[in-house]
Amino acid sequence: MIFIGERINTGFADIKRAVLEKDPQPVQQWAVKQANAGATYLDVNLGAVSSSPDDMCWMIENVQQVVDTPICIDSNKPRIIAEAIGVCKRKPLVNSTTAVEKNLSAILPLVAEHGASVIGVVMDEGGAPKDADKRVEIAGMILAAAIEYGIEPENVFLDPIVMPLKFMQAQAGHILEAVRQFTLFSDPPPHIVCGLSNIANGTTHKKLINRTFLAMAIAAGMDSAICDVMDTGLVNSALTAELVMNREIYADSYAKKPAAL
Amino acid sequence: MEIADVREKWTNRINVVTIGATREQGGTRARTVSVGGETTLPFLTFEGEMPNRPVIAGLVVDVVPEDWPAALKSAIGDVINSPTEWAQRCVEEHKVDLISLKLLGPDPSGRNLSAAQAAETVRAVLEAVDVPLIIWGCGDGEKDNEVLMECSQAARGENCLIGSATEGNYRTLAALGKADGHKLIAEAPVDINIAKQVNILLQDAGFDLNNVVMCQVTAALGYGFDYVYTIFERVRIAGLKGDKHMALPQIANVGWEVWKVKEAIADEDVLPGWGRLEERGPRWEAVTAAGYLQAGADILVLAHPEAIAVTAQAIDELMAG
Repeated sequence: MIFIGERINTGFADIKRAVLEKDPQPVQQWAVKQANAGATYLDVNLGAVSSSPDDMCWMIENVQQVVDTPICIDSNKPRIIAEAIGVCKRKPLVNSTTAVEKNLSAILPLVAEHGASVIGVVMDEGGAPKDADKRVEIAGMILAAAIEYGIEPENVFLDPIVMPLKFMQAQAGHILEAVRQFTLFSDPPPHIVCGLSNIANGTTHKKLINRTFLAMAIAAGMDSAICDVMDTGLVNSALTAELVMNREIYADSYAKKPAAL
Repeated sequence: MEIADVREKWTNRINVVTIGATREQGGTRARTVSVGGETTLPFLTFEGEMPNRPVIAGLVVDVVPEDWPAALKSAIGDVINSPTEWAQRCVEEHKVDLISLKLLGPDPSGRNLSAAQAAETVRAVLEAVDVPLIIWGCGDGEKDNEVLMECSQAARGENCLIGSATEGNYRTLAALGKADGHKLIAEAPVDINIAKQVNILLQDAGFDLNNVVMCQVTAALGYGFDYVYTIFERVRIAGLKGDKHMALPQIANVGWEVWKVKEAIADEDVLPGWGRLEERGPRWEAVTAAGYLQAGADILVLAHPEAIAVTAQAIDELMAG
């Protein structure tokens, strides 16, 4: 399971303040905490706080000063990605491109040039798809484009776009069906990822919904999530789902102990 | 008609573990030995890489096991009573890549030698040969804690491969490996779940899995070999698929196990029609070794000079494609 730690994001007040005041401490603290909790990648998201590539690079460099976990560059702006990708010490995951042609042609060459990986969000000019078939169609376009630019399927992460359960209840089933079909694209298949927290948007039982949906998505073939890696219950639920699907070998200590906060 | 491409594509690489340290690296070895690094199943180099060839470690025991047959002892020769000369012959005449020193002497149910005596043997062997060294305890948990601690210190900086860490003693082994700069063997009793468990425990104890070689209690041909074969293979497949706790090189302690089974120690008078032991014994060892090579062994521990020669030739031929 590939866990992408979501916490270094200016959507959180402490990170927003850190970026505005150039205080490295909150960024570095969350880098260490998430790395210790077992994050495979650390998502770094500048959000709307700034549009300056320098600020993104500042965040990444501060993370890299304290951990060697690879970076997930969370930006859809080619200008920011181009700068950020250059300061990454290890091969980063670019988050993300859509199937919109000008996105593909701006972002995929950068990914290919640096041997990086990329998240392809199944969205096109028409916006977010409403059913499984459309998701599969768009995902196929992104994967084909990536291969054309010389990016191997194992460096492509397809994101079926998770919709809030509370407001679009029928979508969850379509998403799981799309995930099942993504696994048939290639052998070995591309990675399948989601921004998990969206499923529980606006709900009361966020942790329970996140955990249950992730286990079901793993059963369908998902192998990666941008999520709260500090939620040991969520992480252990995902690890258990992988055992149930016989994707990992069982060992008594497979589950993580609660991370020290 | 187009023939389907059935090549497997794996997503992960097996860790590379380097054993031994040269003078520049703080040891006294003339060379180091690296194992692992595969991106495919054994010898399927049309699918992936096998950057390091499987290696042979010559088995040397500080005290000759009582049940070893005369046929094996005479093949090893008069050096059998001197670990240093035995090790030298393994290196000079049999051209082994490294030495696997089994410290049977401290066994409380045998000679019960002291930890200091065992450490002295380690020092002497390190002085006698300049290839990297594998060191195994006697198998008695409590005594091994003491013996391996002292041997580890005696070999400090030589980057030996020390065995073996189990569910019972992993903390001690992790501590000595880190303190004295050695690699570790993680051992499980023919059980893939425990094998993974020992690796997780070592990692949780702060020992980097890049410094670990996995070992299943190695079964001789006819004594559960097929079980161990499938475990070697499942470990390797899991590792190649991306299970970081399983992406480790593997060692097969062939010589130590084969020379305990009746097919390798009982002569024609006991087993009529089975042929002369002088031929049958080394063949049993070589055939077992060949099986483990195919299963995914990166290090083979071998005792009989003929088994060493035949296995070395098999490795040459398999690596030549």
